[in-house]
Amino acid sequence: MNNLAEWGNQLYTGKRSYPFTQKHRLWFLIAAILVIASILVPVAKGGFNLGIDFRGGSEFMVSGVQNTEVSVGEDVVKNAADGAAATVTNIAPGTMRVQTDRLNDDQTLTVAGELAKAYQVESSEVTSNFIGPTWGQDVSKQALIGLIVFIVLVGLLMAAYFRTWKMSIAAIVGLFVVIIITAGIYSLSGFEITPSAIIGFLTILSYSLYDTVVVFDKVRENTKDFEQQNKRTFQQKVNLAVNQTLVRSITTSVVAVLPVASILFIGSYLLGAGTLKDLSLALFVGIIISTLSTLFIQAPVYSWLRERDIDVVKHNKKMEALDA
Amino acid sequence: MSSIGPVKQARKALLWLLVVLIIATGVLVAGVSTGKTGAAPKLALDLEGGTQMILAPRVKGDVAISQEQLDQAVEIIRQRVDGSGVTEAEITTQSGRNVVVSMPGTPDAETRQLIQASANMEFRPVLITGSYEATPKEQRTADKDIPAPTAKPENPSDTSWITKKLYKEFEAYDCPVEVEKRETAEHDPKAAMISCDPRQGVKYILGPQEIPGDQISDAYANLARGVQGAVTGEWVVVIEFNNQGAATFAETTQRLIALQGSQNQFAIVLDGTVISAPTTNAVISDGRPQISGGFTEESAQALAQQLKYGALPISFDIQSEQQVSATLGGDQLKAGIIAGIIGLILVFIYSLFQYRALGLVTIASLIAAGVLTYLSLVLLGWGMNYRLSLAGVAGLIVAIGLIADSFIVYFERVRDELRDGRSLASAVDVGWSRAKRTILVSKAVNVLAAVVLYLVAVGNVRGFAFTLGLTAIIDLVIVYGLTHPTLMLLARTKFFADGHRLSGLDPSLLGAVPLYRGAGKVRSFNENAQENRGKKNSKASGEAAKRLTIAERRRAEANREENNE
Repeated sequence: MNNLAEWGNQLYTGKRSYPFTQKHRLWFLIAAILVIASILVPVAKGGFNLGIDFRGGSEFMVSGVQNTEVSVGEDVVKNAADGAAATVTNIAPGTMRVQTDRLNDDQTLTVAGELAKAYQVESSEVTSNFIGPTWGQDVSKQALIGLIVFIVLVGLLMAAYFRTWKMSIAAIVGLFVVIIITAGIYSLSGFEITPSAIIGFLTILSYSLYDTVVVFDKVRENTKDFEQQNKRTFQQKVNLAVNQTLVRSITTSVVAVLPVASILFIGSYLLGAGTLKDLSLALFVGIIISTLSTLFIQAPVYSWLRERDIDVVKHNKKMEALDA
Repeated sequence: MSSIGPVKQARKALLWLLVVLIIATGVLVAGVSTGKTGAAPKLALDLEGGTQMILAPRVKGDVAISQEQLDQAVEIIRQRVDGSGVTEAEITTQSGRNVVVSMPGTPDAETRQLIQASANMEFRPVLITGSYEATPKEQRTADKDIPAPTAKPENPSDTSWITKKLYKEFEAYDCPVEVEKRETAEHDPKAAMISCDPRQGVKYILGPQEIPGDQISDAYANLARGVQGAVTGEWVVVIEFNNQGAATFAETTQRLIALQGSQNQFAIVLDGTVISAPTTNAVISDGRPQISGGFTEESAQALAQQLKYGALPISFDIQSEQQVSATLGGDQLKAGIIAGIIGLILVFIYSLFQYRALGLVTIASLIAAGVLTYLSLVLLGWGMNYRLSLAGVAGLIVAIGLIADSFIVYFERVRDELRDGRSLASAVDVGWSRAKRTILVSKAVNVLAAVVLYLVAVGNVRGFAFTLGLTAIIDLVIVYGLTHPTLMLLARTKFFADGHRLSGLDPSLLGAVPLYRGAGKVRSFNENAQENRGKKNSKASGEAAKRLTIAERRRAEANREENNE
């Protein structure tokens, strides 16, 4: 703790300072490369790995399976549903997932019964799921509407609270960087995009803005009446605020990531694919990127946007004159 | 600053929180002991096991569905599902577009069919009327006395439709039992059928279908007009047929008006049950019959609504259907709880590591937030039928981090104030007044996100948004009602105020020098900040800095920062 507290002290007083706003060109360049890569990866891979919710079809989950042979499930579907093709995956220890094209009600019931028999489990261990072809689109359309409404409202809220729309712009620019990079990592990892993953994405939006607001509130406090002092330029003042909240940023992201990591771990190893796993992966990646982005994108963008404002330009000139 | 004020304030806040907790617990205990609610939150299907169907209503002709029609659709499905004997089914609308049916267990093919099918309305002529209950066995007509049809029926009103078998079935037909079963099996439109009229308490044998319901173009309740066109004050229901329906209805009334007794009536049948069986008083050639007879405004409106069902045969496409076995649901819940507990323990360990004794305040606050969340979930389940889904559990786990952040923001602010050399009590006061703003605005962002998600979202996004919003509010209650008051009180204990090494608020560790250094010497904040900076620089530059004036030192400091870039 001594070292950590010491580090915190140095960050607070400004003795130790990381150049978040000063080296903004470097951070923006890195972010631009990552964003472009995140857009190119899905293009190169031929799109995202869309889950069954976006394709439509039937899905069965068989749990408590001893013999996790894939062919058992394929044969069942072939016999029970007029030769329909099935994708059978052993997604977690003792859990088989069988995905097929859309089956009708009778076929669904038959396949579920036959799967239980073939894998020698109780019929209550078989879960079936049917998704119409438009369901996934519906979910994403609604998510998109939610996204737009949310961004507009938060932009207004921030502009009203901070009394400057430049903070709103900076926060929203950073938000897009976070979303695009998270989506890129999702595509790179080959994880399926499911409605749960969409929920995860929406939560990242909320988390990213939340994190930015906390840091910006300190920025607002530090840059209040900045013209009336000759110690630091506006940019340095913003940078000091980011450094002063650095301990909080790290602590919060650790505390937020720990429970998410435990869901990710338990979701992946105990349950297999499902709501928990899809959700937690998006969150895990998103929380880390959101925290980094607040430090390296949002704050520098805000300081950069303000650089051209008359009050900042004047103050910088005054500081230069003092230096000379 | 007197120390009595803040202490009193802190105690009051703690007391309030305690009262809230006690009342909520009391309500819950009362509910549980009277058996009105369980002690655990109600669970959604993905955790409890069962079937959830998301249905998209579809209207013939691809017209967009209005909210009113959607409500009708829910009403229709509710009647059907209840009728199929499934208990505890829940039917709700979602985003003004979809109907969500949730039920325990797995519905059989018949129930599923029933839910999907469109409402079936038709007009049939009445052939004979009978008592609502089954005729007692000994009073039934002997087989030989039942008149057998002699010829092929000529028109739908022909009693030749009644075969011996049908008549026997009719006598044995027990409406109270049959209506309870609410069988809505399809009836052959080209054959006679038996149907009950629960309102009038009679049963009928009806001839074949004359007009299908979709030939109704509109139906509404209206005040009747007399011959002179003056309003008579009697409520009637007006049906408007389309051209085809109007033509058929003219023929039908032409035939019925000549007939006597119950054969003069035609029945309006919805899903196999008679909703009205008016007598024919005139030949209706304009396709706009009026049904009159003892209607109140309400009952006329209700009948008009039902007639509109027929005019609008909504059928349902299954958008998604999820069946979760009770075991899988239980496993998911278990995994969610385990993940939550592991996550919490990790957070506890981390906050002790980071904040020492102060970490205990974090832990206590998180536990209190947990208790409050639990109580809210159970009470919301009881009052609003809120059901916790797996996505909701995930929302709760994510909320751990968001709740803890309020404490972190607050503690870091207090530490900042200590670094400026304030006493702990004053650092807590000043730190709070600053952290409060940050916490409020950041929670506002969270609540906004939750509300937007909840309003626009479909599927399990809602459960997630709900817990996210709920915990943001609970977070505020806890920060105001527990964390801050506790810290105010702790700041006045010796252990914390003296900055014990394990308190997490040790001023010397935080690089602070007390504001008051004895002998009437009070140090200014800026001076302290400069001194610290000086101390921690390499010795030589530190010495150099001390020889400068404060203003010069500041410039040097700023320059050094710039050079570091």
